[in-house]
Amino acid sequence: MAELRTEEMVLNMGPQHPSTHGVLRVELVVDGEVVVDAIPHIGYLHRCFEKHAEALNYQQIVPYCDRMDYLGSMNNDHAYVLGVEKLLNIQVPERVEYIRVIMAEFQRIASHLVSIGTYGLDIGAFTPFLFCFRDREMILDLFEMTCGARLLYNYMWPGGLSHDLPAGFVEKARAFIKHFRPAMKELNDLLSYNEIFVKRTANVGVLPADIAINYGASGPTLRGSGVKWDLRKCEPYSVYNKFDWDIVVGTGEMGTLGDCWDRYMVKVWEIEQSLRIIEQALDTLPEGDVQAAIPKRVRPPVGEVYVRSESPRGELAYYIVSDGSQKPYRVKGRAPSFSNLSLLPEISRGYLIADMIAIIGSVDITLGDVDR
Amino acid sequence: MGLLDKQFEDGNIVITSIDNLLNWARLSSLWQMQFGLACCAIEMMAASASHFDMMRFGVIPRATPRQSDVIIISGTVSMKMAIRIKKLYEQMAEPRYVISMGSCSNSGGPYWKYGYSVLKGVDRIIPVDVYVPGCPPRPDALLEGLMRLQEKIRKESRVKKNVEGLIQPAPKVEAV
Amino acid sequence: MNANEIHDRIKDRFPDGIVEFKIDATVDPFIVVRPELIRDIAVFLSSDPELKFDYLMSISGMDYNDGNLGVVYHISSMEKRHRITLKVKLPKTDAQVPSVESIWKTANWHERESFDLFGIVFQGHPDMRRILLPDDWEGNPLRKDYKAQEYYHGMKVPY
Repeated sequence: MAELRTEEMVLNMGPQHPSTHGVLRVELVVDGEVVVDAIPHIGYLHRCFEKHAEALNYQQIVPYCDRMDYLGSMNNDHAYVLGVEKLLNIQVPERVEYIRVIMAEFQRIASHLVSIGTYGLDIGAFTPFLFCFRDREMILDLFEMTCGARLLYNYMWPGGLSHDLPAGFVEKARAFIKHFRPAMKELNDLLSYNEIFVKRTANVGVLPADIAINYGASGPTLRGSGVKWDLRKCEPYSVYNKFDWDIVVGTGEMGTLGDCWDRYMVKVWEIEQSLRIIEQALDTLPEGDVQAAIPKRVRPPVGEVYVRSESPRGELAYYIVSDGSQKPYRVKGRAPSFSNLSLLPEISRGYLIADMIAIIGSVDITLGDVDR
Repeated sequence: MGLLDKQFEDGNIVITSIDNLLNWARLSSLWQMQFGLACCAIEMMAASASHFDMMRFGVIPRATPRQSDVIIISGTVSMKMAIRIKKLYEQMAEPRYVISMGSCSNSGGPYWKYGYSVLKGVDRIIPVDVYVPGCPPRPDALLEGLMRLQEKIRKESRVKKNVEGLIQPAPKVEAV
Repeated sequence: MNANEIHDRIKDRFPDGIVEFKIDATVDPFIVVRPELIRDIAVFLSSDPELKFDYLMSISGMDYNDGNLGVVYHISSMEKRHRITLKVKLPKTDAQVPSVESIWKTANWHERESFDLFGIVFQGHPDMRRILLPDDWEGNPLRKDYKAQEYYHGMKVPY
């Protein structure tokens, strides 16, 4: 049977497709049901972040960073303001960094919840999606009581924060964690170890570690292949080195190391680690004025900085070049989804068309992040 | 339901105009095209998920334009995507409705000045029925927009042609 | 390894390949190299047992607004935990540089992006097409002298 081949057919998937998580278009070359090649076409959401960054002041760029990866807005802001602060060479109060870490970790959980929920949705499980969004709404409530926005916050400013934590935030955050741990277990019972789900994802889209590194993969996509690499630990920024937590990696528990299930499960496990970080940060939250270090005018000296951070999707970095004026000369956003998506052809060759859904979902891209 | 209550007194008979009946049917089962563009799509997903539950308005996501009545333009429309959106809109069956969700699809939003590849308002390529402001609009705002659309459909008439504001000519765009 | 040692090691292997080396407080250390050697240097950096740069983080195009374009390579080593920035400068009239796609696969899309937004041609790249903008777009938007076209397929581009 092996030599039986049919004529190859080109099948277009997207940009309007319910499971491409946005406006991704994939050109599939198929031999019967088997994918021979998958060519991603991107750029359907190109919003000219870098052009805006050249035309606006340093502070004005923060909202555009929000909109780059709209599921990880806090993480985007965090990386950008760290870069600007490094250029300005200012020290922010410790409370600011603690609050930033709390927010970034909450954002990571919210982002992973969307990723997990929609992944279930893609593969045919509707209920986990509702569960995930129910819990995500609670995190959004926390954000909303802090800065008034649900999705795009403009919360972190170079040198500080737009608002201090409101009264009652810490209690509400603790209440959420208390509610959320059992809810995660429920989700695992419902989805992660579900027989059908495992059958759809295990041994599908296997990504070996060396290919992942060569393609510049990062985040859960890289850790799913068993590489213990997390910038929060490997190149600690902010105050991450003060907390006790572990890097989770894929284990190949259900099939091969680096398959879709591993990439999915790393996100589930990461949620628990984020909860640990948040708990410790809430316990040791120092006092201080969150706006004390905000400079009146942001005017960094001539220089350039490449600041790396770990967003929910992987290595998010900004390359900021300053020419001494109030506007950056150039800002390049190194988007994790961009590099992660580029390895799609490598992990989809030889699998069935139906597996494409599982593979695209497991790489967990945000199109705003890919196209910027 | 204004149409049905107090009208069952004479047994199984409902007396209404054909306009009312058609409009009632249309506005109560607005099938939405499952189609997200950008940030607003996340809020659209939130609107159809647990807390806001858009399905109680009869809005069911459909994956194909052929089966859908309303398309929610949820996010920034780039030039590359605009051509596809036009095509998708044209594939929808009449009567079709458009909700423009968020500043980007209303007018270009934050990208209006320097966004070289962003279309400054989806109404430049397809007619829009309801604009929902916000960046991104809250799910509540989207629901409000949906109810406004339902109100609009309620006032439509098959008999009286060209009720003001109902029939807009589609703006011209070169075919590709 | 710190930036000085990395620089010395490249200097040993390519004595006339380095144009400029800058290390000071406000700047991440970077090495400007001759563009025609970038591919050889990349091969050396990724294969040398002391350096082992296995991870290409990012490729950024630049317009220096003095008649030169540039490409900035941010590379790091996961094993050795060090990183360095390489730069090349190219004249705007003839912006060509060898591709490093064969060494780090991730360069494929990053180079296409620089080609798209800056018009820098990467020699030896297997698939040099626009990536973000449509194929029939005019101009390279991130060049400092860029003016957006008036119309694209009947749609007005400026507000």
